[in-house]
Amino acid sequence: MLFLADFNVLKPEPGLLFWTTLIFLIFWFMMSRFAFKPIGNALKQRELDIQNALDEAKKAREEMSHLQAENEKLLAQAREERSAILKEAKEAKDEIIAEAKERANAEYKRKVESAIQDIENQKQAALVSLKNQAGQMAVEIAEKLLRRELANKTEQEAYAKSLADSIKLN
Amino acid sequence: MNFVRTYSLVLILSGLCTFALAQTGHGDHPHPQGAEHPHPTEQAQTGEHPAEGAENAEHHEGACGHSLSIEPEFNAGDNAVHHISDANVIHIVGDMYVNLPVILKSAHGWKVGTTGMFHVHHHGNGEFANDGYVLVHGSVMRILDEKFQHGEFKVEDYTHQEIEEGGKAKTVYNAIIDGQCLRLESKTTYDGGILGGGVTGFSDFSITRNVFTMLLTFVILFFLFRSVATAATRTKGQAPKGLQNFIEPFYTFIRDEVAKPNIGPKYEKYMPYLLSAFFFILGLNLIGQIPFFPGGANVTGNISITIVLALITFLISTFSANKHFWEHTLWMPGVPAVLKIFILTPIEILGVFLKPFTLLLRLFANITAGHIVILSFVSLIFILGKAGESVGGSAAGAAASIPLTLFMMTLELLVAFLQAFIFTMLSATYIGTAIEEPHHDHH
Repeated sequence: MLFLADFNVLKPEPGLLFWTTLIFLIFWFMMSRFAFKPIGNALKQRELDIQNALDEAKKAREEMSHLQAENEKLLAQAREERSAILKEAKEAKDEIIAEAKERANAEYKRKVESAIQDIENQKQAALVSLKNQAGQMAVEIAEKLLRRELANKTEQEAYAKSLADSIKLN
Repeated sequence: MNFVRTYSLVLILSGLCTFALAQTGHGDHPHPQGAEHPHPTEQAQTGEHPAEGAENAEHHEGACGHSLSIEPEFNAGDNAVHHISDANVIHIVGDMYVNLPVILKSAHGWKVGTTGMFHVHHHGNGEFANDGYVLVHGSVMRILDEKFQHGEFKVEDYTHQEIEEGGKAKTVYNAIIDGQCLRLESKTTYDGGILGGGVTGFSDFSITRNVFTMLLTFVILFFLFRSVATAATRTKGQAPKGLQNFIEPFYTFIRDEVAKPNIGPKYEKYMPYLLSAFFFILGLNLIGQIPFFPGGANVTGNISITIVLALITFLISTFSANKHFWEHTLWMPGVPAVLKIFILTPIEILGVFLKPFTLLLRLFANITAGHIVILSFVSLIFILGKAGESVGGSAAGAAASIPLTLFMMTLELLVAFLQAFIFTMLSATYIGTAIEEPHHDHH
């Protein structure tokens, strides 16, 4: 039989106070030394690792996007350069063609001129030689005419005519 | 889905626990005199109690009070108080008890042994007195009579008696040895006589049920945490597995939700204490929830334990307190001196001691109340069953008791975590206030 006076959970007892103090202090010491400290350190390390990994991933991602932007820039630049080169090449081509044309024209002109000159020269030479031949022939005819004066006049005329016909101007 | 499964498991376990506790209560509860009357017959047959023992209760009524072996009726209050109390033996079921070491100190010196020397039998009463000590209801008491301080004596019976001493009504216990009625005294308690205790002729430093449970909790927690610590160190740079995933969230919870916000940048120094207090209290609360051996001890619901824990918090916060804290406690700046001397400083000083006091009372009251409510619900079975006479009543009692106890046990599971958390949280705030650095924009 127990009574409310035996409600001894409310009465501090020396034995329990002593054992609780002792057990709790040992518990505190042992747990901090052998459990909480290693667990805490491991957790801290792991958190650090995770944070580092995340940071690194972020950095890598940033670098990646940076690289990509740079690539794009390079590509655009290359494209621009290409079109510039193409344009330049076209210009050069046009220039070359134009120059060639010009030079060809000049040459042509020069050639034509020299041909004309040649023709002129030849013509002059031909005229001179014609003049010379015609003079000589005229002299020859005149000489023959003179020799045939004695015969009749008609005959003389026919003869002159045949002589004139015999002159073939080539 | 997992939660539902876990919750069902908890419910089933609580149901089983209810049965187990009910059985324990049944085995422990006093048999009524009407139905069976087992004791006199047994005593007569075995000759355990010779002359006086065989006599009926009326004989003791006058001379030496009421016999403890014949009890009038089931009393739910007494039953609950008995179960939440500390004891020198652990009751398993029926008349099965686990003997524990006893370490006793009186004017005659130290006495060390186990409760086996008392030959525990019915209701945790010892059959023998040993060097002046006896075991009554599982607790060691001492015979006041100087003639019985040495040697072994057979105790015929134990009685309790209402007497008047110094104008106050008191209940005392007696042992009957050789037909003599011998007054017994309880162990020393430090309640200053307010609760019927006080400093007596002997102190009990035994490994009691509560001490045993604390040691058990220590061992379980230590090995649990040791395995987690080993795993955490070994699997460095790997994802945590198994137990680690169960324990580490508690650790980070105490660190991030309790220590850091309340203590501030110097929190790391106080982490071991906060964690120790949290897991010690939680472990004891949970083991105290198990209604059969080796659990069931109401450790955190015993004021001696909460006193020690609150005292340690008090000492830590007081000894780490800085100038700023003492200035604000003893001589609050910016307040007129008269107010300080007569109102503020006394209140602040009172507050310094009230804080740990509320700490110890809160934990004690919550856990004890929970145990009492559960035990009261279980007692329904015996109240409605008229202490075993009525099977129908018992069945009705059980039908009412099981859902109620189930509910309470689930609630107590929450309380076990909650109180451990609150104790840790408040400890952290007390430490935090004590070491708080002055804010310059304060006044």
